[in-house]
Amino acid sequence: MTEPRNLMQGATGDWEVVIGLEVHAQVSSKAKLFSGASATYGAGPNENVSLVDAAFPGMLPVINRYCVEQAVRTGLGLNARINLWSRFDRKNYFYPDLPQGYQISQYKDPIVGEGEIEVELDDGEIIPIGIERLHLEQDAGKSIHDLGPKESHVDLNRSGVALMEIVSKPDMRSSDEAAAYFSKLRTIVRYLGTCDGNMEEGSMRADVNVSVCRAGNYAKFRESGDFSFLGTRTETKNVNSIRYVKQVVEYEARRQIEVLEADGEIDQETRLFNVATGETRTMRSKEDAHDYRYFPDPDLLPLELDPAWVENIRSGLPELPDAKRKRFVADFGLSQYDASVLAADRGKADYFEAVANGRDGKLAANWVTTELFGALNKQGLEIDASPIGAPALGKLIDLIADGTISGRIAKDVFAIMLEEGGDPEKIVADKGLKQVSDTGAIEKAIDEIMAANPKQVAQVKEKPKTLGWFVGQVMKATGGKANPAVVNKILKEKLGIA
Amino acid sequence: MTAIENFTLAALLDALKTKKISALEATDAYLERVDRSGALNAFVTPTAEHAREMAKASDARIATGNAGPLEGAPLGIKDLFCTEKVSSTAGSRILQGFQPPYESTVTANLWRDGAVMLGKLNMDEFAMGSSNETSFFGAVVNPWRRNGDDAPLTPGGSSGGSAAAMAARLCAATTGTDTGGSIRQPASVTGTVGLKPTYGRCSRWGIVAFASSLDQAGPITQDVRDAAIMLRSMAGHDPKDSTSIDTPVPDYEAVLGQSVKGLRIGIPKEYRLDGMPEEIEKLWSKGADWLRDAGCEIVDISLPMTKYALPVYYIVAPAEASSNLARYDGVKYGHRADEFSDIVSMYQNSRAEGFGEEVKRRVLIGTYVLSAGYYDAYYLRAQKVRKKIFDEFNDAFNSVDLILTPSTPSAAFGLGEKTADPVQMYLNDVFTVTGNLAGLPGGSVPAGLDGQGLPLGLQLLARPFDEETLLKGMFALEQSAGFTTRPTDWWAV
Repeated sequence: MTEPRNLMQGATGDWEVVIGLEVHAQVSSKAKLFSGASATYGAGPNENVSLVDAAFPGMLPVINRYCVEQAVRTGLGLNARINLWSRFDRKNYFYPDLPQGYQISQYKDPIVGEGEIEVELDDGEIIPIGIERLHLEQDAGKSIHDLGPKESHVDLNRSGVALMEIVSKPDMRSSDEAAAYFSKLRTIVRYLGTCDGNMEEGSMRADVNVSVCRAGNYAKFRESGDFSFLGTRTETKNVNSIRYVKQVVEYEARRQIEVLEADGEIDQETRLFNVATGETRTMRSKEDAHDYRYFPDPDLLPLELDPAWVENIRSGLPELPDAKRKRFVADFGLSQYDASVLAADRGKADYFEAVANGRDGKLAANWVTTELFGALNKQGLEIDASPIGAPALGKLIDLIADGTISGRIAKDVFAIMLEEGGDPEKIVADKGLKQVSDTGAIEKAIDEIMAANPKQVAQVKEKPKTLGWFVGQVMKATGGKANPAVVNKILKEKLGIA
Repeated sequence: MTAIENFTLAALLDALKTKKISALEATDAYLERVDRSGALNAFVTPTAEHAREMAKASDARIATGNAGPLEGAPLGIKDLFCTEKVSSTAGSRILQGFQPPYESTVTANLWRDGAVMLGKLNMDEFAMGSSNETSFFGAVVNPWRRNGDDAPLTPGGSSGGSAAAMAARLCAATTGTDTGGSIRQPASVTGTVGLKPTYGRCSRWGIVAFASSLDQAGPITQDVRDAAIMLRSMAGHDPKDSTSIDTPVPDYEAVLGQSVKGLRIGIPKEYRLDGMPEEIEKLWSKGADWLRDAGCEIVDISLPMTKYALPVYYIVAPAEASSNLARYDGVKYGHRADEFSDIVSMYQNSRAEGFGEEVKRRVLIGTYVLSAGYYDAYYLRAQKVRKKIFDEFNDAFNSVDLILTPSTPSAAFGLGEKTADPVQMYLNDVFTVTGNLAGLPGGSVPAGLDGQGLPLGLQLLARPFDEETLLKGMFALEQSAGFTTRPTDWWAV
């Protein structure tokens, strides 16, 4: 994995891009990390604020056990080491949306250590991406500067909400890999139920670290662990969609190469992404970087976990996407691609399994990924809002399998189910869509068509491909209900083609 | 009827229980003394109306036989405790006008047990000081004076208002807090009893934080029995304070008078300072003799890390304070500057105006020792030494049950005498900071007078959560010392 990958061409030679992500994932918890105030989204300004969140004198933090459990679950889901002893630190800085004047975070001793996840790329390749650590911390409030010309407003609803910061190793080497990793993280936390992954509401956002180096230098970094082989990195803050992560990497890599090739230097700085232009710009330089004066928070005891408690969480983990993907390939004979698409979302995977169980897995995957997902996409619906339930779709597939209807008719039935709902069997019966396999009726239709079209009959012997035209005519004559296999067989006999 | 100033808390509780005096009578009698005590400046916020309402409620409960353990006892509360809808300033301009919408756990415990709040007591700003001279609301004056000398003396600090109010009998008992000696040192120089419990024994919730890993609430009282009574109500586990310990609160009063025979008392040689007044040395020996006479075994011990305690304290405490005080920005409560041009200058001006010199000094020191490049040399090293101090005490307590030391290196000093030299001021806590750094319970008992007629105290330190042995020892010292001298009411107008 250390061979030069995804080289970018510059004017003076090839470059490699190196990416690391710090992803903030909001813990799915009703209450905040230390205050017990509600953590739900969408309340009016400053409605979800306790005296602790607003940093009143003498107020003290108390750790939310549920949030700790979610961090451990997530760590286990990332195949990472759970640190049975961890500690909270104060990160000190002044900002209007940080009422305490410090953020409670974990600096030296995070709750979760190193791990690794598998990430699927679009071409089906699977690459490992290292996890450096996961730690728990408080979110800050929100400053709003556009409500008045001379005023700033502060909403503390988010102040104190529990975040998991998941830090990757600098293992990603292209915008596609960064996007795939971010997407995979989202899949994992959603599987685990530890974060809802809702990027529009800010539940998940990434700080994107990008640097470029000359082709071959990354390999040297990997061999030696010496970061000086890598270029100076920039950190672009708060990127809140998978697409934007991709844009940031592409823009930053290109920008840095241009700067370096013009004999410039990259500043180690914090940057902001402009959604409208797709560009990044300087937010603060290294010289302006805060000295956060981290030190252990004396209001909180070290967090000591009972190994049995951790094991209990481990044994309660759901099947994770990688395991599920592998099982779908092995048990249902799916392609890697279909298996990945289905395993990427727990709801979709569950739906598929309900349809596929006891049926032809590939046929089920086809119907689910092509017809159903296509229809849901068009209507902008999530899988759990699907108008067609898994049992009904299963039944439809059964009707195809036992020859009651053709695949063609099944699509019509599917369209009716989508529009009006209902049981596929009843729809087929009510609308008289049952497939005709009665050879007499089919033969009669074929005879009529052959009699009416002597020219085509003559032609088909030289151009066997025109058989399709006859099939179409027969289907038309029978209202699409004729069994296509039977039609083909009789047509070939009557037209005398092998 | 006995004059109110001649009741101990214990005696007053008895009189209230037997209806020899009503809570309202007691409260009014104290309020009258408070009213006349302006010269001491011990109270920053008397709450007379509030006190009388609480006293009436106490009398109603006494009448119906529902009296709590502190029913009707009028108390003074250090202004570091947040008290609901009552000004709580921590002695600072930056909290001027702040009326918390909540009650600290410790004071809530006192009210639960029936106590009455007479008002809030003056203190060094944010509990940073040893003379009560850093208060935004002015210095407190010690009711004690040198023989034949009217020069005003400090009552020590930071719980100077509590100690002065106790010495002048302005209330039945008071609360204080102790981060480096702020209960024991003022108690020592005012002839009162000060008890700092084990770290974690009393909840810190609702107490304005100075240095979170050191702060601990405790009582300043007339005698050891009163301290035992107060502690029982103040102490207890609080789920809102993660550092409070879930261990039962014993009946501390029950151990008083129990024999101290066989207790091993350590005398640490490192507490014998160069230049310490001879009479303090003598008193210390006398204290050891008293305990020996009571059946204790006196053991010479060595605590060589002692000399690092003060430097360690003046790194750890300011570091925590610099962070704890970041929340005072003039935005949410308290003082906000009138003049500013943007958010940053609003912070700067509010903090510049709101904090006094000593607080600023400690915020600067704390910020410095936590800064990149200095953290390892100062904060981290201080933490390591702190651990060694803790271990050293732990070892010592393998061979002794209590440690006896002087409470302070000098008697009360004059107002303004030490304000020019912060280090001279810091030295006042040289015997007490060790207890905070190691989280140990400690208490100061008045043991005698110096040549100028000023009180001197002796300190006992005990194992964590062994307040019972501590109080037993303090009671034994008190019995032997027979300290009964009281300052005159020269201040009363």
